[in-house]
Amino acid sequence: MSRRTVNAIPTDDPSAGPVLEFQAVALRYGRSPEVLRDIHLTLAPGSFHFLTGASGAGKSSLLKLIYLAHAPSRGLVRLFGRDIATLPRAELPWIRRRIGVVYQEYRLLDHLSAFDNAALPLRIAGRKLADYRADVAELLGWVGLGARMHALPPTLSGGEKQRLAIARAVVARPDILLADEPTGNLDHEMGQRILRLLLELNRQGTTVVVSTHDRSLVEPSGMPVLRLEGGRLLGGAGGA
Amino acid sequence: MSEPPPPHQDAGARPGPLLPVQDGRDGALMFVIAVLCALACLAVLGGAAADRAARGWRADLKSSATVQVRPKPGETSAEAAARGAEALAGVHGVVEARALDRAAAVKLLEPWLGKGAVPDDLPIPELVTVDLDPAHPADTAALSAALAQAGVDGSVDDHGRWLGDVERMALTVRLSAIGAALALAAAAAAAIGFATRAGLQARREVVEVLHLAGAEDRFIAALFQNRFARLSAWAGLQGTVVAAILWSVLRLLTPRDGFSPLLPQAWSDLWLIAPCLFIAGAIGAISARGSAMSMLRDGRGSGPNYTGSGDRTER
Repeated sequence: MSRRTVNAIPTDDPSAGPVLEFQAVALRYGRSPEVLRDIHLTLAPGSFHFLTGASGAGKSSLLKLIYLAHAPSRGLVRLFGRDIATLPRAELPWIRRRIGVVYQEYRLLDHLSAFDNAALPLRIAGRKLADYRADVAELLGWVGLGARMHALPPTLSGGEKQRLAIARAVVARPDILLADEPTGNLDHEMGQRILRLLLELNRQGTTVVVSTHDRSLVEPSGMPVLRLEGGRLLGGAGGA
Repeated sequence: MSEPPPPHQDAGARPGPLLPVQDGRDGALMFVIAVLCALACLAVLGGAAADRAARGWRADLKSSATVQVRPKPGETSAEAAARGAEALAGVHGVVEARALDRAAAVKLLEPWLGKGAVPDDLPIPELVTVDLDPAHPADTAALSAALAQAGVDGSVDDHGRWLGDVERMALTVRLSAIGAALALAAAAAAAIGFATRAGLQARREVVEVLHLAGAEDRFIAALFQNRFARLSAWAGLQGTVVAAILWSVLRLLTPRDGFSPLLPQAWSDLWLIAPCLFIAGAIGAISARGSAMSMLRDGRGSGPNYTGSGDRTER
């Protein structure tokens, strides 16, 4: 598949600076104690990081801050050189289109076929079906769902849903790919295959952050690890 | 023999709808909109019929005048009336002037006094009815001048007082019909707005996924707009058909002018309600889009709590 740009933020150049910058960022839900505090994190373009930590350490919350599902309680978040706090609401979609996310709970649309779920980011970006049909079919074939393109998510197994979620996250070749436990429901072989896909995307320039408990995924890869402990991040300056 | 198509060729032959098609509330909403549309159509049809009646009365009143003559000493009432009719018949703009004999005058009183209840010795004014040329009717001054010139003592009633009442009534009927149709349209818009907000809340998960995948507010609002435009137009069509059937049954059950002389019906009135489905569709689209955009902009329908600049609580 050829690399395509489906965004139109005109104001920044990813090669000119970090794609992501957190300074003293904290997050709390409502009046509860902060689940993340004093987070300093910089991700260079084309970097690859694993994000690890015990359950409840805040991995998913950190990813939510990055993919703009939540606003920080305090601190500075810059994405693609833009301060998110001052970004007009109308520009949020353009930032979000540059971020691919594999959600831990998949978040597939149950009324759409596997094909339509995978193609969702392209459709939202205004691409025509004729333009993306072959690419999406090829990608679904690659993740082992070629025969289940017309299946609805409720009829898919956990592993199939996870692979479909991964296909949806990568189909638009995002600048940043965030994966929350992307191999949690996959067997070792499929997990390694998905990791190879993520590494291939990274080689093509995509910045990748993979949240995982799977040590067999992290250790052989030799990629840098960001570790969350008690809401604080250890090793937050990510290089390419 | 041609080659088999690649496996992806039938994939996504047509993209599925981004909003779930089935919604248990759609049937109830469609029923409400259909009923409102039917009522609006009946209001318009009733208004048109009442307006037609008022126009008919107005035309009748404007095309005639009534002259009361008073006999001179030594002259009978009938002679005075005959002289008055003769004098008025020659006026430009008068088609015909007829002296009303006692029998005809008694018949006019029967609705108030009862049939056969008019005493023979009851003094009844002598009247001359004047039919005016609808294109160039003679005015009161010309009729009075003709009476004076013929030496007839009489007073002319051009029905102006009644004409004003009829015109006011016609205006009231028109405004009432328009007001009723507008009120029903507003009720339909409110129902659709409510349904849109409920739909956004019910599909919060879908909307959130679309948002996080980079959908703009207007993209999501357009999904609701198109959905409710189709639903409203379909409901509008059903309401229009029901109203047309009811109206037609009334028209067919009554042999002459329709349901009542007060509401004379015409088949051509049905054209007035033909645009109802388009108007209903437009109301559905506008109301749904407005409600969706309003909810999405203030973050109530989007799921992600990110609403743009100024969202954070402290810095």
